[in-house]
Amino acid sequence: MPDSKGRFGIHGGQYIPETLMNAVIELEEAYNHYKNDPEFNKELTELLNEYAGRPSNLYYAEKMTKDLGGAKIYLKREDLNHTGSHKINNVLGQALLAKKMGKTRLIAETGAGQHGVATATAAALFGMECVVFMGKVDTERQALNVYRMKLLGADVVPVTSGTATLKDAVSECMREWTTRIDDTHYCLGSVMGPHPFPTIVRDFQAVISRESKAQVMEKEGRLPDYVLACCGGGSNAIGSFYHYIEDKSVNLIGCEAAGRGIDTFETAATINTGKLGIFHMKSYFCQDEYGQIAPVYSISAGLDYPGIGPEHAMLHDTGRAQYVAVTDDEAVNAFEYLSRTEGIIPAIESAHAVAHAIKLAPTLDKDKIMVITISGRGDKDCAAIARYRGENINE
Amino acid sequence: MSNIAKAFENGKAFVPFITCGDPDLDTTARCVVEMQKAGASLIELGIPFSDPTAEGPVIMEASLRALENGCTTDKVFEMVKRLRTELNVTVPMVFMTYANVVFSYGIERFCKKASEYGIDGIILPDVPYEEKDEFDGICKQYGIDLISLIAPTSDERISMVASSATGFIYIVSSLGVTGVRSQITTDIPSLCAAVKAATDVPCAIGFGISTPEQAAKMAASADGVIVGSAIVKIVARYGKDAPEHVGEYVKSMVDAIK
Ligand SMILES: Cc1ncc(COP(=O)(O)O)c(C=O)c1O
Repeated sequence: MPDSKGRFGIHGGQYIPETLMNAVIELEEAYNHYKNDPEFNKELTELLNEYAGRPSNLYYAEKMTKDLGGAKIYLKREDLNHTGSHKINNVLGQALLAKKMGKTRLIAETGAGQHGVATATAAALFGMECVVFMGKVDTERQALNVYRMKLLGADVVPVTSGTATLKDAVSECMREWTTRIDDTHYCLGSVMGPHPFPTIVRDFQAVISRESKAQVMEKEGRLPDYVLACCGGGSNAIGSFYHYIEDKSVNLIGCEAAGRGIDTFETAATINTGKLGIFHMKSYFCQDEYGQIAPVYSISAGLDYPGIGPEHAMLHDTGRAQYVAVTDDEAVNAFEYLSRTEGIIPAIESAHAVAHAIKLAPTLDKDKIMVITISGRGDKDCAAIARYRGENINE
Repeated sequence: MSNIAKAFENGKAFVPFITCGDPDLDTTARCVVEMQKAGASLIELGIPFSDPTAEGPVIMEASLRALENGCTTDKVFEMVKRLRTELNVTVPMVFMTYANVVFSYGIERFCKKASEYGIDGIILPDVPYEEKDEFDGICKQYGIDLISLIAPTSDERISMVASSATGFIYIVSSLGVTGVRSQITTDIPSLCAAVKAATDVPCAIGFGISTPEQAAKMAASADGVIVGSAIVKIVARYGKDAPEHVGEYVKSMVDAIK
């Protein structure tokens, strides 16, 4: 739990312009009110179940388990959610909150486009205006998602400043929010940015571990030994970990994007290569010796972020969770592996978690249980992975 | 009394901002000299940051150009030293930068050096009242004013922010980010009056001001006027030849608010 100023240990806080302070305070007050409001929770549960298709399955990956020859592997299928990823969990929560607050316009940043698509979807459903900021580089990598957002009625603004990727889209969203606070809610897509966002997004994503815990108890009669999730800003990971944090026997493993390797400059593995810094929040960031935020790289647009959520930074500090780095190559192999072995095409982000499982599971006894969160489906990545393999297909 | 307070003693203060290192630090230094000559009361030196959230495109692009051209915090410190020792700049100067630039340098190490080299204050637009303690304690120890900002949306926060302010108060004129605006729609007189009711610390208005007419209008309500993007634009346009143009511009603004 964060303290009153939104601190997780030394991490978190609110490092934003004065112009936005009343907006985040208003958001915090509204959230504190509605999070315990039975009516709000009833509406949200209904949206999650009826619209987004929850609960998501906990699927026993039998072929993968046998093939790897170690721990018993379950997949938490967030890829089966409406819009194809875990992002919808958070977006439905925030959109409902925004509606209750009387906001009529949603703005959002997006990397892979999954959060943008989810936000555009919720805006369509709630009859709200929607503007999505997306790094220009990402609009090119994820052209299909740009089209989906437009189809859903959103305006997509390509961001050309800085490195023209996710961090720049976040900054551009902050800038946009400072110009228009009254009617606009900034629907932040991960457990990052100023308090109360890391807490709000965490709470809305915690449905993943709330369900998986009950599901694994039902199937196995006991807790899992390992929970793995990919980690960009860290929303699907914190959602996957949250209800296990107090269960010390459960090993929590966040899988960061190493890009071309953590010993190269082309990486996005924040905990593995970054240091403590301040950028909207205090946490670990990839940065140079003068605190300039580093351009990061990963094949996965959704993990291509130079920071990590403050709660993860704390879980790392205390040793409660472990953060490993997975390269592009390993992730692409895992993307293909899961497709062939289980007939499930994971998002390239999620493939980072699968890749670590491929390394870890064979080293574990057969009586160990592992849950891997498949945060999204991989349709959006097929063209890029084909290109990575030297094959040119038209989307 | 802090040096900054002195900047507000002789009538309305004109406070120009410049992004250090765009196009290079030698040009920045020559611009600062011209600003002093033209009658600037206080000068804001922007240390470039890769992700300046409060900045509009003009200053953001200048920051990125400066970084690309190799500007670093240490090099800015060296320039400040030169301004104070070789170039006879005596006007008060403050740094404007972002939390991570100071934090990653080491807050203490940063403040110690800033104070030694003759910096009077620091503006950190991404450090609001709630987060200032970590910086402010050390700033005070080294005689540096951590400047507080107040925005059109501050409302009931004004008295809280203003009552702990030192040096001067930076009143943000408009919603949004820095940048030249043709119109400023905020009710500036009321905003200034609310700030003045809460503190005796002088207040200067910035964000969006570019013309002498706007400056004169703002100066009617506040103790000073801050101009950034308009100057950074001049530097972008004239490059190494910018100093004389910057000097002329600053002179016109100083005259406008007299
Ligand atoms: C499918 C998928 N997984 C994971 C992520 C990474 O975000 P986070 O670390 O917040 O879960 C993204 C982000 O776009 C995504 O689309």
